[in-house]
Amino acid sequence: MPEPKTIAVAMSGGVDSSAVAAMLRAQGHNVIGLTMQLWNQRRLSGHEGMPEQVAGRCCSLDDVYDARRVAETIGIPYYVVNREERFERDVIRPFVQEYLSGRTPIPCSLCNNHLKFDQLLIVAQQVGADQLATGHYARVAYDDRRGRWLLKRPADTSKDQTYFLFGLTQEQLSRTLFPLGDMLKPEVRELARQHGLALAEKPDSQEICFVPGGDYKRFLDAYLAEQGEKFPETPGELVTTSGEVIGEHTGVHNFTVGQRKGLGVATGSPLYVIQIKGGTGEVVVGKDEELFSTTLRAHRVNLISVGESDLRDPMRVSAKIRHRHPPAAATLQMVGPDEVLVTFDQPQRAITPGQAAVFYDGDVVVGGGWIL
Amino acid sequence: MLRVYFDNNATTPVLPEVFEAMRPYFSEHFGNASSIHHHGQDTRAAVERARESVAELLGCRAAEIVFTSGGTEADNLAVFGVAPSGSHVITTSIEHHAVLNACKALEARGCSVTVVPVDGQGVVAPDDIKRALRPNTALISVMMANNETGVLQPIEAIGQVAAEADVYFHTDAVQAAGKVPIDVTRLGADLLSISGHKLHAPQGVGALYVRRSTKLEAMFYGGSHERSRRAGTENVPGIVALGKAAELARTGLERSDDRRLAAMRDRLEQAFLAIDETGVNSAGAPRTPNTTNIHFDHIEGEALVIALDLKGLAVSTGAACSSGAIEPSHVLTAMGLSPDRARASLRFSLGKQNTMDEVDFALSLVPQTVARLRELSPVYRKLEAARH
Repeated sequence: MPEPKTIAVAMSGGVDSSAVAAMLRAQGHNVIGLTMQLWNQRRLSGHEGMPEQVAGRCCSLDDVYDARRVAETIGIPYYVVNREERFERDVIRPFVQEYLSGRTPIPCSLCNNHLKFDQLLIVAQQVGADQLATGHYARVAYDDRRGRWLLKRPADTSKDQTYFLFGLTQEQLSRTLFPLGDMLKPEVRELARQHGLALAEKPDSQEICFVPGGDYKRFLDAYLAEQGEKFPETPGELVTTSGEVIGEHTGVHNFTVGQRKGLGVATGSPLYVIQIKGGTGEVVVGKDEELFSTTLRAHRVNLISVGESDLRDPMRVSAKIRHRHPPAAATLQMVGPDEVLVTFDQPQRAITPGQAAVFYDGDVVVGGGWIL
Repeated sequence: MLRVYFDNNATTPVLPEVFEAMRPYFSEHFGNASSIHHHGQDTRAAVERARESVAELLGCRAAEIVFTSGGTEADNLAVFGVAPSGSHVITTSIEHHAVLNACKALEARGCSVTVVPVDGQGVVAPDDIKRALRPNTALISVMMANNETGVLQPIEAIGQVAAEADVYFHTDAVQAAGKVPIDVTRLGADLLSISGHKLHAPQGVGALYVRRSTKLEAMFYGGSHERSRRAGTENVPGIVALGKAAELARTGLERSDDRRLAAMRDRLEQAFLAIDETGVNSAGAPRTPNTTNIHFDHIEGEALVIALDLKGLAVSTGAACSSGAIEPSHVLTAMGLSPDRARASLRFSLGKQNTMDEVDFALSLVPQTVARLRELSPVYRKLEAARH
């Protein structure tokens, strides 16, 4: 039995974080359940055909209800804290801005950096908890040799969430626990069952929590309408890689790199979005093979296992350019203040500005940055 | 763990005498008060005795009391009951949501609503109410005591404004009943709401005083219960409990229980004011004896509430929304408090069951917890560094 500690658990009302709370409680720790209220799911209802309320998602009342029930079942105090303003400022606004600039954002990473491992960590400390535990599939460990906290891939590689956690600082990692890092998902469900948690069979959440049905265009419409802001007009030309104008489009937010459908032009061979030029509104299209490239630059870099000086010389890594991307062998090098160059051994398909590039050394997260 | 409850404006424990009074009305005296047989007569008598007791607390006739499911229903019945479509309603920015949101719904039904502001102490000026009057004003609704600050509004003066203008006057007295004397005639109220669970009766029962000759439109369609003003079989155990609680509230006021509450409240305030950068919100206004709202600058009230709860002290901040998350207080904001100060404010509300020992327990926790939270606050640390 580990020494009993006071541990706050970030509870979402899902199986994973519920299992974490139950497990830590069973280990004899003094557990406090916390949930952040981040977004009012009913807020945009009535705007542009948004649904009334979406159940089974982050911040829906159903999820808070589920989390509360779990807390009651396992016998821990549970609190909801309101961080809607922060969420809107640090996640929603940048999300909207990125799309309108022709990039494809990842709100989950922003939420981890600005809310879960910032605001919630502060609340945990305020209420007297030494550490914050979450239901993420990842591992955290202290490396004596390097004198650094490391973020590592979990035992269940199919559930690996390290891609969304690359922004964690040493300070944040030092106070974070990922109790599911050594477990497989079926074991987690079994654990929830053993603790008599009614939600053991609840399906995993997949979508972006505040975008019902994954329809981000509808969300953008509704949000801007609610804010009384005009949808910025970003029409432009569809241009082939050889510079030929083959059509026009109504706005850059309609496109994402690698997209094939919905281009509004009919040509003989299938066309894909290769590049979106936010400045001129030009959307460059081309053949599938033109989607491949061997280099990317990333900025707003966070390094975990190494320091900046360690990257003056190129480092061999494997790099992920989206959540479901299998890590690809590459060379990583610092090329400017807060900017890295990644050179892949093999060309990679659809490197997408706005997404994160995350670098691994085996199962250790070296760091990551935002693709330019 | 020792647990001390200082959140009596949210709800109060049912007093043992109240519980004893209602207990026989579940299984023993279970009749429907509308039935003609013995069982019905039995409970009808109990309901009418309770009505008399509530009437006595408010200084009105028994026939002017309508039992409801609670304060919210009483407020809704009052607001929707006398404001016809197309009319004008005056209310204030610090009302309970039961009134504010009812008024919002009225707007959707074609009424116009004027929301009168309050001053820095959270007090409404009767002149502002007067100035807001229009030829088609049907209702003025101003609460008697505020739930967050305890501030007592100049109800008599507003009642006079209403009488002179010949406009219906409703006051939400949910937080005043049992804490300060109420006399509907002196207040000039046509409608007055109370809630059982704020005065040691259970949740789920309340009452609306409706002055005789008030033309009140019922909200529910059904039987002719409560003189056709509130359809639905009476909640007999709840009503009996409310009757008993009203009786205890009346005798308590005669015994000057309010002075005991005020002594505990004052002791809390004195000790809190010894903490740096701490103050009493609405200190300059007349207030109910049981409530104090304190701003501990540079902390988050939300965190303080949680930290104190984990140590056994129950207090609150603002009003909780459906998820249980804390929203910024519309009352403190309306008084002109900065968002930071509103977020740094906590409400301590005492009840008959509380003791001076419990006040001491609170005082053993609050100052050290505030100090610890300030230590963790980057803003506070920066200010401290600048001062030294």
